[in-house]
Amino acid sequence: MKIKTISAERIKEAVKEGCLAIQYKYSPKMQETMTKYMDQEKSVLAKNILKILLENSDTASENRLPMCQDTGMVVVRMNIGQNVQIVGGSLREAVNQGVREAYDVGYLRKSIVGDPVFDRKNTKDNTPAILYTEIVDGDEIEIEVAAKGFGSENMSALKMCKPSEGLAGVRQFVLDTVRNAGPNACPPLIVGVGVGGTMDYAAVLAKKALFREIGDRHPDERYANLEKELLEEINAMGIGPQGLGGSTTALDVFIEDFPTHIASMPVVVNINCHMARHTKVVLS
Amino acid sequence: MIKIQTPLDQNLINELQAGDLVFISGTLYTARDAAHKRMIDDLNTTGSLPFDITNQILYYVGPSPTPPGQTFGSAGPTTAGRMDAYTPTLLDLGLKMIIAKGYRSDAVKQSLLKNQAVYLVAIGGAGAMLGKCVKNSEVVAYEDLGPEAIYKLEVEDFPAIVCWDTQGNDAYIQ
Repeated sequence: MKIKTISAERIKEAVKEGCLAIQYKYSPKMQETMTKYMDQEKSVLAKNILKILLENSDTASENRLPMCQDTGMVVVRMNIGQNVQIVGGSLREAVNQGVREAYDVGYLRKSIVGDPVFDRKNTKDNTPAILYTEIVDGDEIEIEVAAKGFGSENMSALKMCKPSEGLAGVRQFVLDTVRNAGPNACPPLIVGVGVGGTMDYAAVLAKKALFREIGDRHPDERYANLEKELLEEINAMGIGPQGLGGSTTALDVFIEDFPTHIASMPVVVNINCHMARHTKVVLS
Repeated sequence: MIKIQTPLDQNLINELQAGDLVFISGTLYTARDAAHKRMIDDLNTTGSLPFDITNQILYYVGPSPTPPGQTFGSAGPTTAGRMDAYTPTLLDLGLKMIIAKGYRSDAVKQSLLKNQAVYLVAIGGAGAMLGKCVKNSEVVAYEDLGPEAIYKLEVEDFPAIVCWDTQGNDAYIQ
């Protein structure tokens, strides 16, 4: 078996480029999805809001202004091939340096406070990022970068459901969380759901779900159907864009699952806004 | 299309209906979490605010930095609920309009009614477009707070939707 080397510098550059690639316009898929929902909207106000949001993406890219002033906390997910050795620096520092440089040159808002309780002093470079690493087979590094806004993050929720609550319990908790989020999370939303695992791992799964592309369905048909049904039920609530009424409350629902304990059924709902800022790059 | 020009006219404020889309031109003051906390601290210690809030508009925003060649950064609304604890005090001092996004507490809604003031929502996520409505900006207080400082903004045709009007109608489906 041959060990492959990948430099920390390349990782830094990939994170930096990722941070800058997601801030200034909708992804082509999001552009298409928002347009589709705008065309379907019956409410005049809702239609107008979706139109303004689509125009905002154009204004952002033309002027190189971020689509939203909350340019987020950076979340990086890395799948590191077990035959890879990272050389020339620390992985964590490479990630943070990529964030630091992107938020500086990109005129992005620095929104991170160093201590969450006592000082709440801004770190002034948007670091640290949240970093998840997984060791996988292979000799590549897959890097996913997201910028998570906190209007939506604040409306996310966890419930340690009883196994007896079953499918109905999962469904109810997702719908309740979206209803409770209302306008605060800037609908239309992307809804990430993590079921199973432990309390913390369900949250990791819910976040992972938000890295999926619109329209990507769960490989298990039962979950895939649940995703589609939840999307319909959420859009039947009438919350609408910005909570001002309409049929466009969510653009997609993604569920990630994991085995869990006989005594529990953890459910976490992680909410994202319509910008759904995330991207992926593979270093090989 | 309803146009609003500052200084605000109470008669026009009273005519606004929940759900109306309006375009505002004139002066807005920005403040979010940290600035609110400081304003209330200032009131408690010195008895006054760093600017005259009477008949003014407060916009809850923490803009992104202004890039070269632009007049302002991205500047969409932040969630209002975090400011609820401070809001009735400012309304009692004459604050007439608030622009943000999201639900308000009952105490804020009652204080808005009592003071014949209104709550408008701007479109969350339309930061670039709203930033382009800003024609001029200056920091008026708490510069050390960076994006959380209080800015005085001159805006042109800034779009917002009336959410809680002076009759107590709510545009949010709850």
